[in-house]
Amino acid sequence: MNSVKVISKKSFLPGLLFVILILLATLPLYGSSYNVVLLTGILMYIIITVSWTIFSGTTGYISLAPAAFFGVGIYTMAILGHILPMLAVVIIGGLISFILALLVGALTLRLRGIYFAIFTFGLVVLIKELLLFWEIVVTRTRGRFVVLESNNTIYYVILSIFVVSLITAYLIRNSKFGLALQSIGENEEAAAHLGVNVTWVKVITFAISAIFMGAAGAIMATKWTYIDPYVAFNPLFSFLPVLMAIFGGMGQLYGPVIGAAIFAYLEELLLTRFPYYYMLVFGIILVVVILYLPQGLVGVVQKLRRRISGEERAHT
Amino acid sequence: MHILEGEKVTKYFGGLAAVSDVSFYIDQGEVVGLIGPNGAGKTTLFNLISAALVPKPGIIQFKGKNITGLKPYKICRMGIARTFQTVKIFPNLPVLENVRVGAFFGPPKSPSSTQATREAAELLDFVGLSKVSNSPARDLTLANQKRLEVARAMATKPELLLLDEMMAGLNQTEIAQAMELVKQIRDKGITIVMIEHVMKAIMNVCDRIIVLHHGKKIAEGTPQEIANSKTVVEVYLGVQTNAGS
Repeated sequence: MNSVKVISKKSFLPGLLFVILILLATLPLYGSSYNVVLLTGILMYIIITVSWTIFSGTTGYISLAPAAFFGVGIYTMAILGHILPMLAVVIIGGLISFILALLVGALTLRLRGIYFAIFTFGLVVLIKELLLFWEIVVTRTRGRFVVLESNNTIYYVILSIFVVSLITAYLIRNSKFGLALQSIGENEEAAAHLGVNVTWVKVITFAISAIFMGAAGAIMATKWTYIDPYVAFNPLFSFLPVLMAIFGGMGQLYGPVIGAAIFAYLEELLLTRFPYYYMLVFGIILVVVILYLPQGLVGVVQKLRRRISGEERAHT
Repeated sequence: MHILEGEKVTKYFGGLAAVSDVSFYIDQGEVVGLIGPNGAGKTTLFNLISAALVPKPGIIQFKGKNITGLKPYKICRMGIARTFQTVKIFPNLPVLENVRVGAFFGPPKSPSSTQATREAAELLDFVGLSKVSNSPARDLTLANQKRLEVARAMATKPELLLLDEMMAGLNQTEIAQAMELVKQIRDKGITIVMIEHVMKAIMNVCDRIIVLHHGKKIAEGTPQEIANSKTVVEVYLGVQTNAGS
């Protein structure tokens, strides 16, 4: 009986994920366009949060650079969207973010703790100010129009990036590469003396996580029609992934996913229902979560599971 | 054959010479003790060998190759492993995973996942930790955390093992067990350099002893010679003066 239980449990999770994926993929067929747009936004937040967790969640280096990579993607679409096919620009947006992250990572990943966080945030401000300078002094235009795509197209591209980012996060987590990242987060000096090439592992992971942020930025730009440096390099995109990951809990892969999903949905809900108190309620929920659920939602789930399995054992 | 050789190794911290002009050699298969009062530069010398620090000036050679200035991970893959004076385990990872990090990344060629797990399990068995292999490393006692560090270092398949105060803070039984472990590692053909304050252990297991004081090498020899050396006794107990004069 025990083995039956194990097998059904083993095929249950992939089965469930498959059903969810099918439901998501067919959403435009049965869902309203409001739902498609809503889910596009939620998936976008999940992508940024999951890719942030790939690097920062395991190594403990808190990066505030997501807005920079996201914005680079947005600007890539704004500049190249008129010349190249949309999908190509999405990929290029990811690649440019990758290269930027490689350069920045090689320069800054020797910084630890708060210094790294501040520097990465400085990157967001730096790029924004450079673009502002460029637009005001050189091109003498402020902002840009972006090519438009249909809501369904945007949705499918975002969904694809979402799937690829989740698979990447899963593969990294369950490989020896993930073990190296964990060891760096636990004790970087010991990791180095055990043969882990810490600099390389950190820089390459930082860059891989930036790909998805850049690609997501590129496709989201087509939804916003007009962008300028303030819209593209909005610091909120640096802070929200951190909050969402903490909210969900970083111990498990599904933590940041449900964290970002609930968080993004909550934001939408509060914004539409209580437009005046939205920020207030949002802030209170956040404070409560951080105070009382230090392990995030994952911690709650694990505690519950332990309680249930503990009771089962007591009965037998 | 000298497996490790240091030539006029020096390291300054600001104006202070932590290690100054130390030349030394370690022979294949030896157990060498590195002793000296606190602040003598023993751990700094370990840091220089394992490339946590770079000597300036000075040259360190491993198996005839100049390894000065290489990155720590390269030194490790060449065959030098170390433990730390203050334990640096991966506290939230299971004990087995701690060792698996060494097994995966330490050898010149990375093994497969199953092989790394098997090697890690064998080493945990060797140091006597197989019962706790699934607990988080932070739950172990200090003595066991030090054993874990040894297993983790050995997982990198070293030819030279640097043990930094493996016995500090352990009780008498644990010290006896640790001494036994050192002998077993030596019997596997691994060369050992150990920093230790527990004299009984040093005298018992070491073939040769190097004494550091204020960053300088002041004596070197067999345990017998060191025990009878006037300079060493002076360093540890102070200069003898004639009472009444």
